[in-house]
Amino acid sequence: MPTSKKFMYLNRRAPYGTIYAWESLEVVLIGAAFDQEVSLMFADDGVYQLVKGSDPSEAEMKNFLATYRTLGDYGVRHMFVHQASLEARGLTQADLIEVAWEDLDTEQEVDNIVEVVDTDQAACLIAESEVVFSF
Amino acid sequence: MADLHTVNKSPFEKNSLEAAIRFSLAGSCILLIEDAVYGALRGTRVEEMVKAAMADKKVYALQSDLLARAIKDDRLIEGVGVVDYAGFVDLVETNDKVQAWL
Repeated sequence: MPTSKKFMYLNRRAPYGTIYAWESLEVVLIGAAFDQEVSLMFADDGVYQLVKGSDPSEAEMKNFLATYRTLGDYGVRHMFVHQASLEARGLTQADLIEVAWEDLDTEQEVDNIVEVVDTDQAACLIAESEVVFSF
Repeated sequence: MADLHTVNKSPFEKNSLEAAIRFSLAGSCILLIEDAVYGALRGTRVEEMVKAAMADKKVYALQSDLLARAIKDDRLIEGVGVVDYAGFVDLVETNDKVQAWL
């Protein structure tokens, strides 16, 4: 019986300008197949990955915002966003997408797993994760 | 004599925008592209630096990169010009040369 570990994907880069955000998302989707306890953390420019309303079609890139919205279906249980990073960029949670989650076995539902956390909480969440992937 | 200075990195991750502002002469044009368009937003911690630069320099942002990042015109610092690809070409043509800040 394989044991489940606490995985965290730490995202600190803006989307589109570099490949980090897209690569992170790919790894999250791959990792979902292994049935681990998965959380995502968005800090620094990473908070821009979740901003609503992006349209990269004119820049000739794929819009992967829709993929974030499906992460709840891929077993991602928490998407944490660092508050001070939002504030430094003039953003609030109202600017961010919402991601729903449902446990198909228990039918337990959560409307939105995107949660804003302060610096101390973020540090604790990172520290208590057993595996941290940094992007 | 004026140059076009392009910046393509987020001002929160690298100091490319700050360097472009610091090392460009009055009358220069600064064009924000790719992740640098975040520097054109109101309400951020780099807003004051950009506003100060606009006293004697013209700041532009590339439309397609704004759209990609969900930055609407009403969230831009007042006075920032928005240019499309054709406008980018015009800026290249009307300035003496192009200096890229990476």
